[in-house]
Amino acid sequence: MKYAFSFLVVIALIVVAGLGSQIQGMQYVFGVALPYLAILVFAGGFIYRVVQWAKSPVPFPIQTTCGQAASLDFIKQNKLECPHTTSEVVARMILEIVTFRSLFRNTKSEIHEGPHLTYESSKWLWVFSLMFHYSFLLIIIRHMRLFLDPAPFWMSWLEFADGIFQVGAPNAYITDATILMALVYLFGRRIINRHVKYISLVNDFFPLVLIFTIACTGILMRYFLRTDVDILTIKRLAVGLVTFSPVIGAKLGAIFYIHLFLVSTLLIYFPFSKLMHLGGVFLSPTRNMKNNSRAVRYINPWNPEIKPHSYAGYEDEFREFMVEAGIPVEKELPVEKG
Amino acid sequence: MAVPKLEQLSKSVVQGPSLATGAIPTRDWMDIPVVFKEGNYAYPAKKEKVEYLNSQNGLHFPNARDWSPEADDWKLPENWKEIILAGLKERLEKFRSLKIFMDCCVRCGACADKCHFFLGTGDPKNMPVLRAELLRSVYRNDFTLAGKIMGRMAGAREMTVGVLKEWFMYSYQCTECRRCSVFCPYGIDTAEVTMMVRELLHLVGIGINWILEPASNSNRTGNHMGLQPHTFKDNVDFLADDIENLTGIRVNHSFNRKGAEVLFITPSADVFAEPGLYTAMGYLLLFEAIGLDYTWSTYASEGGNFGLFTNNELMKKLNAKMYAEAKRLGVKYIIGGECGHMWRVLHQYMDTMNGPADFLETPVSSITGTTFTNAASTKMVHISEFTADLIKHGKIKLDKSRNSHVKATYHDSCNPARAMGLMDEPRYILDHVVDWVEMPENTIREQTFCCGSGTGLNTDEIMELRMRAGLPRANAVKHVHEKKGVNMLSCVCAIDRATLTSLMNYWNPDVRVCGVTELVGNALVIDGETRGDLDDGLRTML
Repeated sequence: MKYAFSFLVVIALIVVAGLGSQIQGMQYVFGVALPYLAILVFAGGFIYRVVQWAKSPVPFPIQTTCGQAASLDFIKQNKLECPHTTSEVVARMILEIVTFRSLFRNTKSEIHEGPHLTYESSKWLWVFSLMFHYSFLLIIIRHMRLFLDPAPFWMSWLEFADGIFQVGAPNAYITDATILMALVYLFGRRIINRHVKYISLVNDFFPLVLIFTIACTGILMRYFLRTDVDILTIKRLAVGLVTFSPVIGAKLGAIFYIHLFLVSTLLIYFPFSKLMHLGGVFLSPTRNMKNNSRAVRYINPWNPEIKPHSYAGYEDEFREFMVEAGIPVEKELPVEKG
Repeated sequence: MAVPKLEQLSKSVVQGPSLATGAIPTRDWMDIPVVFKEGNYAYPAKKEKVEYLNSQNGLHFPNARDWSPEADDWKLPENWKEIILAGLKERLEKFRSLKIFMDCCVRCGACADKCHFFLGTGDPKNMPVLRAELLRSVYRNDFTLAGKIMGRMAGAREMTVGVLKEWFMYSYQCTECRRCSVFCPYGIDTAEVTMMVRELLHLVGIGINWILEPASNSNRTGNHMGLQPHTFKDNVDFLADDIENLTGIRVNHSFNRKGAEVLFITPSADVFAEPGLYTAMGYLLLFEAIGLDYTWSTYASEGGNFGLFTNNELMKKLNAKMYAEAKRLGVKYIIGGECGHMWRVLHQYMDTMNGPADFLETPVSSITGTTFTNAASTKMVHISEFTADLIKHGKIKLDKSRNSHVKATYHDSCNPARAMGLMDEPRYILDHVVDWVEMPENTIREQTFCCGSGTGLNTDEIMELRMRAGLPRANAVKHVHEKKGVNMLSCVCAIDRATLTSLMNYWNPDVRVCGVTELVGNALVIDGETRGDLDDGLRTML
């Protein structure tokens, strides 16, 4: 039960933060020391991983072409799926990173009697992945209000848009609902879809459960457990963290420390996990290389020195046959004496 | 190995208890060992072939021996594990793709049902994601912090002989077709993973004969088929005679001729066996029709490169003959025939490995004046590009009615489609020479399905596997055969011409296989011809 284990770990984390933060003096650990550590590990780890990737060269141009290449002038090139220039690669990468282009292509195959194979367009994974990532992004941006003083003017536009439905008090954010929906879908398919079920690891369930719990604790704080969560105290702490003068102000409820502890855990976990796909997607050679490998020579820094079996060696072995067959040779057969 | 009857296999792929059809194995994949039995593995490379390759400069093929995958003892070197782990480390440092692909997979499963081997066998380890996990699990164990601490909990496992055997099984149930990489949100390319695993296996002497024998032939005689120079010439001469009998045209071809404008290189299979022979006849006729000043080479008589299926060193060594020969003969540029993996090497590896070809000129068609700027550096043009340009400029006369016995469809070969982007040139040619239709949209262009026997897997002892893996392609052909009356599967790949023929014979016996240039040859109208009514084109028996 890989997902059960993920729940257990997250529950344990909640207990640690919930109880730990209530011990006198530990607020500083959970509110200041751990967040700093988490940021350090996250930033350091992220950079380390990207540098590690970058240290290995890309020896060959291995672009995956997903459309017609630049060729004769009457053959129409698919510039986005088969880029020939740097700007076309940039466009392809933007499409990939911003709209998850490749996932959009997804199909579902079925085998029927006959046999008869069918491939239907299947966009759910694409829909919910986009939903998850954009909700998460907007939520992170919304949280910047806590760290920036004064908050930038456009922040209120974003908050207005996110709460446009004007439901509940305080205004319910759309992204709070969509991130939970998307997480439920992403988790659900890991226990229902037979392909994904069979390949899923703890590493796949844990981040989903963790982020789900982070979202839940955030929602609880905003809408339900407001009594001992003083937003001004939180903001003072957040701004203090950013300006390296953190203050733990009036008492904050355990729910806040749980939320913060889980976020810290996520940050620390991030560089060691598959979540690094955030960085990797930019570096994937099948997507970020130009398909101009016949027009411009691509250099392999470790190109080994290997010579072909030489023509001379070949002719030496077969000269007699070649001469007899009338195939031109470099060296004629020795003239027989006698 | 006997292949199951069509009815049996048709039932088995639908109802067989497999992950593709709905059954989920109860045991974790790490706990299911591979079992080798006659029919599910390609025969190991013969000892003398491995020894020969190992004796060549720049190559490393150690541990030549007689061994059997069915035996418990694979006669590995004593320190095999260190060799593998050191080899993996070295490759992580040499290939960024490997590092990224090991680290970034989120196991979203988008690739799972995109693989023809998975669709045909239902074996979970043929899901591209799981095929990569076979290596990734070892990578985690020895190269990542999480794997070192958490072990199996984090999807890590120790390198054992069992794992090695699993690698052998599944890296030879992947044709490096790259279809999964089209669908992967991070562009993870299983071909790259399979190539790395095969490289690692060669380090301890694990390889298959169907790849290493042609590769050693190619090194020695110049071509995979092992045709010696006089035999190679004879074969082409026979084709020229056939052409004369059929059309009255005596083609003017030459071998190893210095000073020709163009060197022409195609897979040796085209001059060796049907139906590739007819494609080769098409080349001869086409070049005759336009009066191209070109030569064949017996030394560089192989377009294909089985080195691509072993390791990058062998790929480089075999490929290097092309430029060496072009330089020796003093040609201006090279035209390459129809072949899939050959063009992956020419498009993505050749210039990097063996360039710069500064002794050649940017290809300019002397017939049309077109400069092939897309090949400005490699100086090597694809026959379909060359032919499409001729047609566009009205330089050849074509009579479509000469292909009236053909209703064609077009199979995008994996490598031209997904590693080159050559999709519309062959289609442009087909438009002008034959009545043809497309197969369903999720099975063509960048989503094309492999023939099921690429990367050196077109060997008879694994015929059932090949027929299973080729099912998605065959099924799409069947669709247009039944709905549109298609009777010919055209392609631009020599391996396809061989493998699709077996595949069609099995799944769709009424559909034949041909190269695009064969259809061009059928339709060509040449001055001075005395051709009768060839009701089967170049295949007509006189």
